[in-house]
Amino acid sequence: MGTLLEQLKKDVRYQEGLKACINCGTCTAICPAAAVSDYDPRQVVDDVQSDNEFYIKELLISDTIWRCGECLSCKTRCPRGNTPGYIIQALRALSIESGLFKESEEGRKQTLLAHSIGTHMLDYGYCVYFDALNTEDFPEQGPVWDWVMKNRKTVLEKLGCSYKQDKPGSLRKVPEHSMRDLRAIFKETGAIDRLNKLKDI
Amino acid sequence: MTLISVKPVKNREWQKYQKEIAFDHYYLARSCIRQNVFPAAEDILMKILREILGKDIFDDPAQTTCTGIAYHSGIIPFETTMTVVARQFALMNEAGYENFACSCVTSFGIYTEVLETWHEFPKTLEKTREHLMNATGKTFIIPKNIVHTSDLIFKFREEIAQKLKYRLINKETGEPLKVVDHIGCHYAKIFPEHGIGGAEYPYVLAGLTDEFGGAQVDYPERRHCCGFGFRQYLLKSNRGYSVANSKIKFDSMKPYKPDLIIANCPGCTFFLDRWQYVIAEMEEITYGANGYGIPVLTYEELTGMLLGYDPWEMGLQLHQVAVEPILDKIGVEYDKSKKYLGAKGEYIGEPLLPLKLKQ
Repeated sequence: MGTLLEQLKKDVRYQEGLKACINCGTCTAICPAAAVSDYDPRQVVDDVQSDNEFYIKELLISDTIWRCGECLSCKTRCPRGNTPGYIIQALRALSIESGLFKESEEGRKQTLLAHSIGTHMLDYGYCVYFDALNTEDFPEQGPVWDWVMKNRKTVLEKLGCSYKQDKPGSLRKVPEHSMRDLRAIFKETGAIDRLNKLKDI
Repeated sequence: MTLISVKPVKNREWQKYQKEIAFDHYYLARSCIRQNVFPAAEDILMKILREILGKDIFDDPAQTTCTGIAYHSGIIPFETTMTVVARQFALMNEAGYENFACSCVTSFGIYTEVLETWHEFPKTLEKTREHLMNATGKTFIIPKNIVHTSDLIFKFREEIAQKLKYRLINKETGEPLKVVDHIGCHYAKIFPEHGIGGAEYPYVLAGLTDEFGGAQVDYPERRHCCGFGFRQYLLKSNRGYSVANSKIKFDSMKPYKPDLIIANCPGCTFFLDRWQYVIAEMEEITYGANGYGIPVLTYEELTGMLLGYDPWEMGLQLHQVAVEPILDKIGVEYDKSKKYLGAKGEYIGEPLLPLKLKQ
């Protein structure tokens, strides 16, 4: 296994994300997460660049690494080619693999995503699934969505969709052979293990 | 409030960033979000490509999610996403196509990221081939051309403009309508060279505004993220992140009095539409005139509307911000009484009205 730092450095996202940070703070200045919270990608990169095992563990057990919204605006603007958003991806993966995500409230929330997004993908082949988009969980959908959901069959037919049907088109049923492939890929590449770790909380 | 005038945008910086966009024969990779929240949009795109432009685009029922939303939410490994991408390429190969067109901006970012990763770290490509073979028995060839579907409308914008029934002109005043363009972050912020106009001066939608007769609105937060944030939106408890970032944009664009917002990313279109409803209901703030919101359209809906397609056949009634203000300004013919009818013209009731946002 090695130290956390050694494991982090094996991740291609870490290797792509960290060149040499000059701590200018441009990433923080344009970061949407920093605009609405105390998230500071400059500080995250500074901590990671320190090569200090203690700081890495502090990040892995913190809420901090879960604040990023992965818009990757930081990749565009960094004058030295660093990508704090990629470093965050590597930190998040290590936090889950090491089990340290359970130490933070934001980390523990990942279990909800494993149950929702994970289930949608493995059961239906979509990241987001129409039947789950109710206004109780997504109140911002507004009253128009209640109307759509209540009348989904005729509304979706009017719009030419193939909702739950075995034919091409929007919202079609993903065929079983594709679902078998998808589940086999998830198993082969470690996604099933990752999702199980997130659910085991 | 001070009204800021809209000055003609003559920046040519975008011309430094050009990309190859195949002329015909596309394999369509559908978008999870677009299918779910704007379920007719991709069919409008295919109709425009096939019926207006005479192009060939293949809609493959065997495709699946690209897993991009799961990857960016931090719940699956990158290896999984790379292998699912490889399977999509294998499906494209099996269907006899070489040009890959993604409807989702998150997916477009995923495909370009995966290709760059395979290029920078060739061992990841070898490993992906091994994973795909082990899991599915498939092999794949990397596409010759990968584009976002908004690139296709951009490429053929001049030809489309010749066939428009309407233009982005106020029918009463004859003035160009003021259009905010919002480009999904993953269209060009990750790899500017893969987007028309790059990341700082993207022209993929501004080019449509110019070609279709409108005026670009160049406002301070034009490049700010809509606030999707992947896990930040998908977790109900974190959704303040999303609405707060959209509000930053709305507050910044409001003094310019835009007539319309257009977006190329399905998520962005959704958030810029729905968060206006939420801000109206919670804060009693509206961003359009007379209690309305600013209508938000996808680029396919915009093009379809100007070509004269029926708004209610395109699903514009599924937007929570009413689209009638932009239809009326342009002079689009529509029958309001048919807005909420079912597939056979039957009456199925109407949505409840929001308390604050005018419909």
